[in-house]
Amino acid sequence: MNRLGSLALGVWSALAYGLLYAPVVVTVLFSFNAPRGRFNLVWQGFTLENWRHPLRDAALTEAFFTSLGLAVAAALLAVLLGGLMALALGRARVRGSRSIELLLALPLTNPEIVLATALLNLFVGIDLPRGPLTLLLSHSLFCLSYAALILKARLAGFDPTLELAAQDLGAPPLAAFRRVTLPLLAPGILAATLLCFSLSFDDYVVSSFTAGEIVTLPLYLAGAFQREISPQIQVLSTLVLLVSAALLVLATPSRQSRS
Amino acid sequence: MLTEPARENGSIEALPSDVIALRNVSRRYGDAAAIEDLSLSIAAGEFFSLLGPSGCGKTTTLRLIAGFDRPQAGRILLQGRDLTEAPPHRRPVNLVFQNYALFPHLSVWDNVAFGPRSQRLTEPEIRRRVGEVLEVVRLPELARRRPHQLSGGQQQRVALARALVNAPAALLLDEPLAALDPDLRRTMRSELKRIQREVGITFLLVTHDREEALSLSDRLAVLHGGRLEQVGTPRQLYDHPRSAVVATFLGAANLLPEGAAGGLRLLRPERLRLSASPPTEGERGLRARVRELAFQGATVEVRLCCADDLPLIAIDTSAALPENLRIGTELWCRWDPADSHLLEASLP
Repeated sequence: MNRLGSLALGVWSALAYGLLYAPVVVTVLFSFNAPRGRFNLVWQGFTLENWRHPLRDAALTEAFFTSLGLAVAAALLAVLLGGLMALALGRARVRGSRSIELLLALPLTNPEIVLATALLNLFVGIDLPRGPLTLLLSHSLFCLSYAALILKARLAGFDPTLELAAQDLGAPPLAAFRRVTLPLLAPGILAATLLCFSLSFDDYVVSSFTAGEIVTLPLYLAGAFQREISPQIQVLSTLVLLVSAALLVLATPSRQSRS
Repeated sequence: MLTEPARENGSIEALPSDVIALRNVSRRYGDAAAIEDLSLSIAAGEFFSLLGPSGCGKTTTLRLIAGFDRPQAGRILLQGRDLTEAPPHRRPVNLVFQNYALFPHLSVWDNVAFGPRSQRLTEPEIRRRVGEVLEVVRLPELARRRPHQLSGGQQQRVALARALVNAPAALLLDEPLAALDPDLRRTMRSELKRIQREVGITFLLVTHDREEALSLSDRLAVLHGGRLEQVGTPRQLYDHPRSAVVATFLGAANLLPEGAAGGLRLLRPERLRLSASPPTEGERGLRARVRELAFQGATVEVRLCCADDLPLIAIDTSAALPENLRIGTELWCRWDPADSHLLEASLP
């Protein structure tokens, strides 16, 4: 019975992980496909040709770098603001911090399309032309709650006497923060940045309402989808995958040494 | 009765040589006073303890001296300078935290080097100091370890080294042994004493453990309800407490009513002798019945009850107790009046 149970658990886990990783495997695999025609959807044969010139498709590459820059900027902005909010909520005794926390979590339950139309309303209302600025503001906005909540959770496990100890040993408050608090929060900061990065990188709905003339990768792909699916898409996706996996591996050892 | 010089009697007059001096310090949280009009002077090289039950204000006092909190009234002088408003990093004292507060992301070496680096000492000087202080706490071979790889006792030593490395005017210790198991606590207790002798720095220990305070301190202060009850040497406070609070806090105590004004006479349980024979000339005695016998290894604790329901405790070695002692036995409790002590202040 027990062996049967653990077998079932094993199969179940394998299935779950299989489903989780199947799209990833397919993406990597199809970056090596040599498709006939314009749609890279059926396996035809192995080639390295796609990897020889990963940036061959000029329009795709431009959209890719637009999204990359946007995601980095939005993630950094959201983590900076979210981090300050988390510090304020976790440390200082802010009046009504309970309600502020609730207000922070609420946008997570809000359908994205509602946010998108509201933002468009707002930008039109204050006569702010849609473009890089509105795109960046919108993206950091929907990332903000995630960043703040992740960092607040990380701060909750942080022993505040550590910062006092640093000050007691002669470090002024800012130095104590830089030398003790920041390194200990680093895994949380990295996790929040990665999450915000991917949230922004694959956002379609908010972008389509606030981008103006700017074409992000999801916007480009949604349009290009009608005409072609080039293997360069899988190549670029695989590259992104590698970068985030590398960042995650970098973050892991410091997480283990925490306890 | 008290023959020590005036200073030893718990005088609160500050002297220029005092490392720590509190003058009429008060700290309230909301309506509740954590400490009230507290004055205290601690001399250079002293091992001083603040003793009291939890909530008596001893940790608040320590936080005020370390600079983590500010008093609403009174002044705090460190090495003769008024540092009441100075931030923690500008004070010549270092604190050993109750939970040690070691930096988990730094090795033992880097934890200890944190202070010297904050002072921007040269790298060779930092190496010399850290190496030296790790020798003092006997941990040089663990310098590369991370805090979570150390036992509780080792973490305690690192915390001590980290606080001592800046050569502070005084070391503040907040219940440093509370987290250790009893055997280790005994070892670390004598280690604390050895380290204090070796470095010659003033130690201010906060504890609720009377054995700890009695065995370590040159002088100690008993705090109760945010007020200073009494200051003196361990022996003064144990043998000649001013109040019932101090008497009972420092050890088991028999308090005999004396006179009509509610006076109390202290009789320590180890000063009582139990015997079948009545008190001799010059002795005092009470007839009592044994209610409880508790064997404690080296000694036996005997709980008795006198005629007017007055409870008594006697502690003695098994050999010194009358034979065939059992519950219900009636006998004499005898003592030398010189071993008893009349309290100044009666029970509240």
